[in-house]
Amino acid sequence: MGASPVQERIQAIERADSHQSLTQAVWALAADPEEAAIPTLIEVLGYNNPGAAVAAVEGLVRLGEAAVPSLLAQLDGYDYGARAWAIRALARIGDPRALAVLLEAAGSDFALSVRRAAATGLGHLHWSQLAERERERAQLRALGVLLGVAQDPEWVVRYAAIAGLQALATAQPQLRRQAIAQCARLEASDSDAAVRARAALAREQLQPGSK
Amino acid sequence: MVEQAPLTAERAIANLQQQDDLGLRYYAAWWLGRCQIARPAAVKALIAALDDELDRSPDGGYPLRRNAARALGKLGDRQAVPALIACLDASDYYVREAAAQSLEALGDARCVPALLQLLEGGLEAAQPVPGKPHLVQPYEAVLEALGTLQADEAIPYIRPFLDCSVAKVQYAAARALYQLTGEADYGERLVSALQADALPLRRAALMDLGAIGYRPAAEAIAQAPAENSLKLVALKGLLEHQLAAPAPEGDSQQLMALMDSLL
Repeated sequence: MGASPVQERIQAIERADSHQSLTQAVWALAADPEEAAIPTLIEVLGYNNPGAAVAAVEGLVRLGEAAVPSLLAQLDGYDYGARAWAIRALARIGDPRALAVLLEAAGSDFALSVRRAAATGLGHLHWSQLAERERERAQLRALGVLLGVAQDPEWVVRYAAIAGLQALATAQPQLRRQAIAQCARLEASDSDAAVRARAALAREQLQPGSK
Repeated sequence: MVEQAPLTAERAIANLQQQDDLGLRYYAAWWLGRCQIARPAAVKALIAALDDELDRSPDGGYPLRRNAARALGKLGDRQAVPALIACLDASDYYVREAAAQSLEALGDARCVPALLQLLEGGLEAAQPVPGKPHLVQPYEAVLEALGTLQADEAIPYIRPFLDCSVAKVQYAAARALYQLTGEADYGERLVSALQADALPLRRAALMDLGAIGYRPAAEAIAQAPAENSLKLVALKGLLEHQLAAPAPEGDSQQLMALMDSLL
């Protein structure tokens, strides 16, 4: 009996002998992924091959909630490159089971690529999957962390915190006032023009009366 | 090892001026640059360190001079320019490279004739040094500096380096020629380099496109097979160019949407 299509595609990844053939093989697996592909896709995040990692994240995002338990269980504490891709996949899937991991990573991971991905993800969780009281608590915690992350020393993390704040306050209008105030502060005083511009955009779009 | 008290600016300057412990001096030079201690005493001590003869590496290099030259680029004090120009003649390749980079950072066009001298002999002279990982001159740093310093007279001397055997030197030439001429052809060369086989070359192209703020590259940057961190830095370069000098075809909201998609 021959190997199943998904097994064949996993074997193609193991056989790949160049960056490009690996990337192609991962795209083939990620195009129409099955749950059996999850461990392989997560492993690819640690290969230090950005092209292949982009493809693996795409595959994991397509699998959605089914990939969340493995992503949470296999977060790599030693390889920050792999961790950043995994957090990015969790952020894009938006499953609220990732909340605790995202809160922790956004506020205190030493790697800026991890903090950046987590901050963005905190804005984009699927809040409706939580019961009402739990939702309010979770959103308040996300707000608190994002207000802090908006003062990160790295420009790209502050930029991501603004994007996260904007998404969070769009989902929960009660948090708008604080998000707008933080954006106005960054708009007035941030050292980086790109951060000031992103803060201005978020403030304008959150302002009552804007779409 | 004796435990060291945390450095202060005074201590670092004193460490740089003493001659007993070469390690302390080397570290102090780096630290002054990293912490951007721009006070006159620091600049003076670093300029003096450019003439150091004590600290030698086995290959005949001057480690302290290299660090001092790099630090002076970070302090923004143009008093260092004449001494850095003199370093472009140094026997140590890495001192010449650091000096060219720092002169670019200081933005003082007085160094242009000396930079042009390093391009003498054109492409035929640009040969590898046997046993070393580099060519005879730090062409990448020199070409980038000429572009940033808006050295129009350098254009005919830069152009041959588009065909250099070293890809990163080609990119540096394209980057400088784009800065000097604004011609899209040079920007497009860097866009093509985003598909280079080797990841370090794709990374170099991303940094170059960010440095020149080449707006038509935005989508290609977002799609390049490289880390999102570097793509974000490149797009930030495009966005900040757009914000500083709004171009009619440019739209900063579109750039921010692309950046958001890479977070």
